[in-house]
Amino acid sequence: MPKRTDIKSILVIGSGPIVIGQAAEFDYAGTQACIALKEEGYRVILVNSNPATIMTDAEIADAVYIEPITLEFVSKIIRKERPDALLPTLGGQTGLNMAVELANSGVLEECGVKILGTKLSAIEQAEDRDLFRTLMNELGEPVPDSDIIHSLEEAHDFVERVGYPVIVRPAFTLGGTGGGICENEEDLVEIVTGGLKSSPVHQCLLEKSIAGFKEIEYEVMRDSNDNAIVVCNMENFDPVGIHTGDSIVVAPSQTLSDREYQMLRNTSLKIIRALKIEGGCNVQLALDPDSFNYFVIEVNPRVSRSSALASKATGYPIAKLAAKIAVGLTLDEMMNPVTGKTYASFEPALDYVVTKIPRWPFDKFESANRRLGTQMKATGEVMAIGRTFEESILKAIRSLEAGLFHLGLNETISDSLIEKRIRKAGDERLFYIGEALRSGISIETIHEWSQIDLFFLHKLNKIVVYEKTIQKHQYDEEIGRKAKQMGFSDAALASLWNESEKSVYQWRKEKGIVPVYKMVDTCAAEFESETPYFYGTYEDENESVVTSRKSVVVLGSGPIRIGQGVEFDYATVHSVWAIKEAGYEAIIINNNPETVSTDFSISDKLYFEPLTIEDVMHIIDLEKPMGVIVQFGGQTAINLAGQLVEHGVTILGTTLEDLDRAENRDKFEQALRTLEIPQPNGKTATSIEQAVSIAERIGYPVLVRPSYVLGGRAMEIVYQQAELLYYMENAVKINPEHPVLIDRYLTGKEIEVDAISDGKDVVIPGIMEHIERAGVHSGDSIAVYPPQNLTQQIKDQIVEYTARLAKGLNIIGLLNIQYVVSNNEVYVIEVNPRSSRTVPFLSKITNVPMANLATKVILGNSLESLGYQSGLVPEKSGVYVKVPVFSFAKLRRVDITLGPEMKSTGEVMGKDSTLEKALYKGLLASGIKIKDHGSVLLTVADKDKQEVLQLARRFHNCGYRLIATSGTASVLKESRIPVQVVEKIGEAGKDLLDVIRNGEAQLVINTLTKGKRPERDGFRIRRESVENGIPCLTSLDTAEAILRVIESMTFSAEAMGNADHGSEVVYS
Amino acid sequence: MKRQLILEDGTIFIGEAFGSDSEKTGEVVFNTGMTGYQEILSDPSYCGQIVTLTYPLVGNYGINRDDFESINPAISGFVVKEAADFPSNWRSGMSLDEFFKGKNIPGISGIDTRKLTRIIRHYGTLKGAICSIDKNAAEVLQQLKATVLPTDQVKRVSAKTAYPSPGRGKRVVLVDFGMKHGILRELNDRDCDVIVVPYNVTAREILSLNPDGIMLSNGPGNPKDVGEAIEMIRDIQGKVPMFGICLGHQLFALANGADTEKMKFGHRGSNHPVKDLKSGKIALTSQNHGYTVQAASVGRTNLEVTHIALNDGTVEGLRHKQFPAFTVQYHPEASPGPVDANYLFDEFLTMIETAKTEGEVTCQNVQI
Repeated sequence: MPKRTDIKSILVIGSGPIVIGQAAEFDYAGTQACIALKEEGYRVILVNSNPATIMTDAEIADAVYIEPITLEFVSKIIRKERPDALLPTLGGQTGLNMAVELANSGVLEECGVKILGTKLSAIEQAEDRDLFRTLMNELGEPVPDSDIIHSLEEAHDFVERVGYPVIVRPAFTLGGTGGGICENEEDLVEIVTGGLKSSPVHQCLLEKSIAGFKEIEYEVMRDSNDNAIVVCNMENFDPVGIHTGDSIVVAPSQTLSDREYQMLRNTSLKIIRALKIEGGCNVQLALDPDSFNYFVIEVNPRVSRSSALASKATGYPIAKLAAKIAVGLTLDEMMNPVTGKTYASFEPALDYVVTKIPRWPFDKFESANRRLGTQMKATGEVMAIGRTFEESILKAIRSLEAGLFHLGLNETISDSLIEKRIRKAGDERLFYIGEALRSGISIETIHEWSQIDLFFLHKLNKIVVYEKTIQKHQYDEEIGRKAKQMGFSDAALASLWNESEKSVYQWRKEKGIVPVYKMVDTCAAEFESETPYFYGTYEDENESVVTSRKSVVVLGSGPIRIGQGVEFDYATVHSVWAIKEAGYEAIIINNNPETVSTDFSISDKLYFEPLTIEDVMHIIDLEKPMGVIVQFGGQTAINLAGQLVEHGVTILGTTLEDLDRAENRDKFEQALRTLEIPQPNGKTATSIEQAVSIAERIGYPVLVRPSYVLGGRAMEIVYQQAELLYYMENAVKINPEHPVLIDRYLTGKEIEVDAISDGKDVVIPGIMEHIERAGVHSGDSIAVYPPQNLTQQIKDQIVEYTARLAKGLNIIGLLNIQYVVSNNEVYVIEVNPRSSRTVPFLSKITNVPMANLATKVILGNSLESLGYQSGLVPEKSGVYVKVPVFSFAKLRRVDITLGPEMKSTGEVMGKDSTLEKALYKGLLASGIKIKDHGSVLLTVADKDKQEVLQLARRFHNCGYRLIATSGTASVLKESRIPVQVVEKIGEAGKDLLDVIRNGEAQLVINTLTKGKRPERDGFRIRRESVENGIPCLTSLDTAEAILRVIESMTFSAEAMGNADHGSEVVYS
Repeated sequence: MKRQLILEDGTIFIGEAFGSDSEKTGEVVFNTGMTGYQEILSDPSYCGQIVTLTYPLVGNYGINRDDFESINPAISGFVVKEAADFPSNWRSGMSLDEFFKGKNIPGISGIDTRKLTRIIRHYGTLKGAICSIDKNAAEVLQQLKATVLPTDQVKRVSAKTAYPSPGRGKRVVLVDFGMKHGILRELNDRDCDVIVVPYNVTAREILSLNPDGIMLSNGPGNPKDVGEAIEMIRDIQGKVPMFGICLGHQLFALANGADTEKMKFGHRGSNHPVKDLKSGKIALTSQNHGYTVQAASVGRTNLEVTHIALNDGTVEGLRHKQFPAFTVQYHPEASPGPVDANYLFDEFLTMIETAKTEGEVTCQNVQI
């Protein structure tokens, strides 16, 4: 069927900020879809609040709105743009929910906007548990015994009927927020209460648990002519019970016979047909490991994380084709873009095994509950491709960048702990299984503990068993080759042989034990394909043909994690495009299936490989590029630079020496002294004793952190010696190889600058000012462009320092600098000689294509020849704020207090004509609902009590009620500010947790006590707020920002003749 | 133990032995299905062929009692990247290795099967030999080049005598050219009273069984090698409603004056899109054929093309313009593969029903 001609313009809704459950996969899907729709000649209007995405680039859509994805703002865009149609299925759950809300509000009907792809009724049928169950019953498809409940009483009734264990799934939530498995009464009360709160419709599904069944997913597509196909099926390594986003997943299924495969395929196709979806859909099924019995678990009537994985696993671009189907094209008239010769209406055949392992944030959140269940906790994932399962999973393990290169934990673990960690799945279960096998625990026992299919356990056992063979045959060619075929890393071989990784690598090269590259072609080599999409494996035939063109390798940034998000993929993609523009062949190496950079149509060649030295070197050995660009792949790529240079590889742009000069504390200090740029007093300590004496010398409070850090990992401000000792003993390993930096903590304004230098000129697209004072990680601060509180003199000083640093450190390419302005003095806190989190934000505001320019500079162009001159680019009009977004609701037991260690998962942008308006939008887009009246609960530390007084008065003047515990309340009362006193936790009567639970406060301001021990009251208050969905601010600066917004929204209610107390009010 | 696979183009693959130690020669073909190896290796249409699977892990769910498409596999050899030594599935009874040992079929694993597939794609289907590592490759190659592949595969795999598979419904005579059990199963599922007859049955013999319908099965090799059947079809079409699958489809074409030809490397897999020219709909089908009906040759016959392969446009379905007879190149019985085309069996029964009520061509009024 030809495409629709009754529509000309289409609104696409993005998925907003990166949060747990909704990561870069929607940037990939959205970007593909927008390009596909433009290709078909439609005018594409895009709304997404996340500036760190490729999809919000001006070239991707005809009109790009970086605005909050809320009814208010999307309606405004619809009324302004008058699109003919809306495509809601590409923006994840956010996009779908927004579409439903828009339809319910009547704005779509009012403006005559048609919904493409999936009818709203189908969305509701798939999402609303009751309607879904009815549909499944009509289709004769089995669903586990379940009931929709709206209260705890109803939950009890259900359990009485079916018994424990039961699974709780709240309706309409992301990544299963608020869900879980209940084994007993206590679990039931906790999880059901939380689940009802997190569901926007206060509805949960209670389901008889089928934990232990095989979890199988099908990615299916259907067109308007009712043609339906399966793109890929996937089998979860972890049986039912763990959210699929937190499961290790393999594609295709491994343990299903054809009858089982086809049975579940039929069900999946039956469902997509019944829902009449025009586009992609994900069906999750549970299959009894001992019979043909199965259940349908859930259906996602949209592109999803799984569809991104399926696209990368097969090469079949689901989102692109889903977008074209949505405008009427059918599968049989579209070409398969991979082969270019066959049609999209076919089912990809894989001739390799794909493994996905999630990346969890527990390295940053040590206190978090690491147990996995129905609520997703991973921030990202890696994918690896191999010709055997062993190769595939071992490649995935070393892609994780978790410091592990093999199936083990490198520590001695007691048997009882092994059993515990395998029975109750956590993020490290895979590694505990490795250790269990190594300590002789039988496969059957592990199966009994974990219910993981024996197939997988046998495979893991083969790896462990082969270790012994390897160990006995040092540098044996045949054994070495077989080990590499099984996916053993050089690091693993080196440790088994007590050799260095480098000598293993060199030995292999001599012996010719090197991988070949095979193509991902959707058709298992049946048809000739020209897709430049490769993976490495140890076999005979190499298919990656090296061209005669000069090439450049760009290293990607690996899995999305806190501190290294989608913004690095953004920069990577732009670098690749710039390389292509400059006439070179652009080769990318990356392992993250969610991203745009791993879309094979972006680069000239995509190698889907781990970002470890051996895997990168293999590609370089084959491709012999001019050099490697490491500036855009975050710390992942930077960390490889040293080893690459050791292997004789040219790093393009800033040299290794200069990279090191910015990152190595002592060299950096020396450079700053030479350049005469001040920095806070500080020293490097290599022992605890040294740390104590340094801290004493420079004076508390001090900022402590390990050198070479990612997103401020393990960074803390300590106020006294006891805290310092606690930190040294618990948070870091300190020794001469792992020094710890100790800096004087300066209170002041934090300023961030990104710049591009070619060695001669230094272009500064913009200066950003942070709302939160120094001490809060820059990634967790609200950043404002242009700065609102800097004098011209300070700005000039910053521009001058930036240029001096860029030139002094011999930066060629990008650099990011953080300054603190304290008592009108500018100090440098840190310099990152690479692309930063703020590059997309600034690029979009200033129209300076930073990653592109930097790449061209790296390739040898001068900024002058590219039309840029030294200095600060003239400030744009308007105010732009970048607001961080956190995923605390999904991570139990994590303290949400902002500090030097980064905790946010994503960001949004708010832009408008004034700071208040921009903040309003930014905060709203980040999920904070700002009400013009309500109650604010104050519990602050003694040191903050005077400061909070001013804020309290302003809240009072806006009409907010104040609630506080006795300490804070007495300070307020002394200043004649009315306040309601509540009891502290644990005291008789209604305590402040009750206030939070009952929803009596709309905002919580808490700076109470530091320390990470959960038993502290402050921690409990903060967690209680998160779990009840109430914004909890731990920085008075953020509170002040919100207050400004509230003040700008409201008129004051001030009695006559009382002006002294109302003087701070902003009238608007 | 090492073993080698030698191709007639001179390529030598060295791998690990599994299955029996026998040495076999045959045409090397690849199948792209990711599941269904048990059905594939027992599909009689592969008679005499060495089959490689493009999916690298084979045998993961073992060999079970139920999923055979014939009692004895007719393949000459099996080539895989990895043959699972620890199969895992509730129905698994034995490993691939155990099974092949019992059936005296050699297997070879540890092969870069993607390379092998690419060779077949470039070269076309080619002859190969699986033999011990000790064999002199040059000699084997010479023998291989001189080897003439058999032409009597249908005779080898067809039933020797007729037998019934009783039911209470329509009587269908199923001509066994190397029938997959799936076809019989589909008919039995529809309560048909099936009589399976050997490939060289005559029209007269069939008619004497008073059938309501005739089913032409799949089978191995070149349709032109089965002259008897062509004659039988010519004699019987129009007298009894007929449905043909795969080789049956090709024989039907030949019987009606169309021509068939050998394909470069055939269609073997579970993901072949077929377009129904009337409805415009696509079915994903299971296929296994090395020969095809020449599209151009259909024009001068009483046949019309009803289905085509979406990817290469080859003929996938035919219907007789006058008689109640239709055939497809693919496998509506699936096993292995998608069951999208399963409805064709229902159409066959509807055709029988229609023919009966219209009274045009029932057995009762046909003079034998």
